[in-house]
Amino acid sequence: MNDIRTIALIAGVLALLTAATAVGQFLKRHPDRGLDPAAVNTFNLRLRGWWIMCTVLAAAFWLGTTATVLLFGLVSFWALREFITLTPTRKGDHRALFWVFFAFTPLHYVLVALNRYDIFSVFLPVYATLFVLARVAVAGDYKRFLERTAKIQAGLVVCVYCLSFAPALLQLPIAGSAAAEGAGNFRLLFFLILLVQFADCMQYVWSRMLGRRLVASAVSSNRTWEGLLGSAMSTALLAAVLWWAAPPFEPWQAAIAGFVVAIMGFAGGMTMSAIKRDRGVKDYGTLVVGHGGVLDRIDSICFAAPVFYHMTQLIAGIGPR
Amino acid sequence: MILDLARSRLTRAADSTDTASMLSPADPPPKVMAVAGGGHDGPSPLCRAAGLALAALARVLAGSSIRWIASQPDTCQRVYFANHTSHLDAIVIWSSLPQAIREITRPVAAKDYWSRGIVRRWLAEQVFDAILIDRTDIKVHQSPVDLMLREIGSTKSLIVFPEGSRSVSGEIGEFKSGLYYLAKKRPDIELVPVHIDNLNRVLPRGEFLPVPLLSCISFGPPLWLERGEAKLDFLERARRSVIALKE
Repeated sequence: MNDIRTIALIAGVLALLTAATAVGQFLKRHPDRGLDPAAVNTFNLRLRGWWIMCTVLAAAFWLGTTATVLLFGLVSFWALREFITLTPTRKGDHRALFWVFFAFTPLHYVLVALNRYDIFSVFLPVYATLFVLARVAVAGDYKRFLERTAKIQAGLVVCVYCLSFAPALLQLPIAGSAAAEGAGNFRLLFFLILLVQFADCMQYVWSRMLGRRLVASAVSSNRTWEGLLGSAMSTALLAAVLWWAAPPFEPWQAAIAGFVVAIMGFAGGMTMSAIKRDRGVKDYGTLVVGHGGVLDRIDSICFAAPVFYHMTQLIAGIGPR
Repeated sequence: MILDLARSRLTRAADSTDTASMLSPADPPPKVMAVAGGGHDGPSPLCRAAGLALAALARVLAGSSIRWIASQPDTCQRVYFANHTSHLDAIVIWSSLPQAIREITRPVAAKDYWSRGIVRRWLAEQVFDAILIDRTDIKVHQSPVDLMLREIGSTKSLIVFPEGSRSVSGEIGEFKSGLYYLAKKRPDIELVPVHIDNLNRVLPRGEFLPVPLLSCISFGPPLWLERGEAKLDFLERARRSVIALKE
């Protein structure tokens, strides 16, 4: 990671985080600025989450690709835990769930670590789905059968399958990264996460400034069409400015990637909001106090990661083997 | 298997699955058992380490978030009473207590289950320091309540499940009378309601492999037997205090 681009990217993010933290602390100390104290509090909590995210990511990368895959595997496991905890299951699902947690999820990440794209791209969506269907059927409880199996499958696809495309970025053979082995891939992953988080923020900012029309008032009370458009545009702009960080992208390609990532992140947030609304909860868990659950933090990444992965493949001209 | 305080012979409405799995023909028909182990001179380092490891494992596996609602952890003598949903209940409550309190808190468990096999017996006697109650042979004059009170002396606390057996529906059932007699005989002990949420999905009845979902353990404010309070009123009040923690 000793090349100038990686250092520039990391230094830039650290500077931004430090500045934002300073602003956040200033606003916290001066509650008379006419700003909503709850919003300031949310902002500070988010910042804390980002610091944690940044630190963990840097540590994992420093330890190598396998460690990063393992880290994302643990995050997936935890997110799936939160997902299934919130979805009502019946006793007949128990054995299927056991295999989902202790066999399919770990095995999938082993395949990702081994860079077996040909297998891991179908392992969960096809084989795990077939297994869950059959296992629940064999358990003998047919009540709301399709509904129950669909819940488990949705959890697997969103929390495990989709998220695993983020660490899979580290395995992509990108032309021109031979000089600094792996650094380009790491920047790619960092680029994705940065864009997703930035899009989340911009969505909030634009919604607050210009937001008029809610996308779906029953699902989310702060996601507006204006926010979505504003966030997609600003993320495209940021991506174009940072194009040098993501190896195979030209500026205009990076802009498109940023635009798409913002929209996918939005889709992820909406999806998770819908599930949470249905279950009548606000957040998924309590791992980091005040920061919702793991799933609340990664929902946008889950949705954006596979699309970003395949766009990178397409642009770099890497076909499936 | 954890059992309720006083399943007297009369009130014992045997829950068939539970009982069938627990009555082992190999068990000799014992008198009211003497409790072995008991940690009178403190647990050995090995048992302490095993206790710490198990507590950590239980917390990771059951992913419990622990809430103290209008209540504080304390080393005073207490009876923690909880709804019963899973085999893991006692271990998870035990491990969600701070270590200093864990060391003086003894789960009440069924002898027929926990004294079978070397590992289980070692865990129950040496690590959890459980009070094992023989529920196949309960004497009128030697009730489990007396045994428990004798065992805890004036320093230890208890974990009990007054419902008697693990509920199937998820509803919290009627409490058996043991809790009342405990409160009556030792009015100085704090009775702390505990609500266990979601643990029945981690390890449901009849399953032996856990699914690592997230559970929630809530401790409520202590209550005592009021002067002149009738048995049924008290038991209902205790039951409501557990339900109130559900939110």
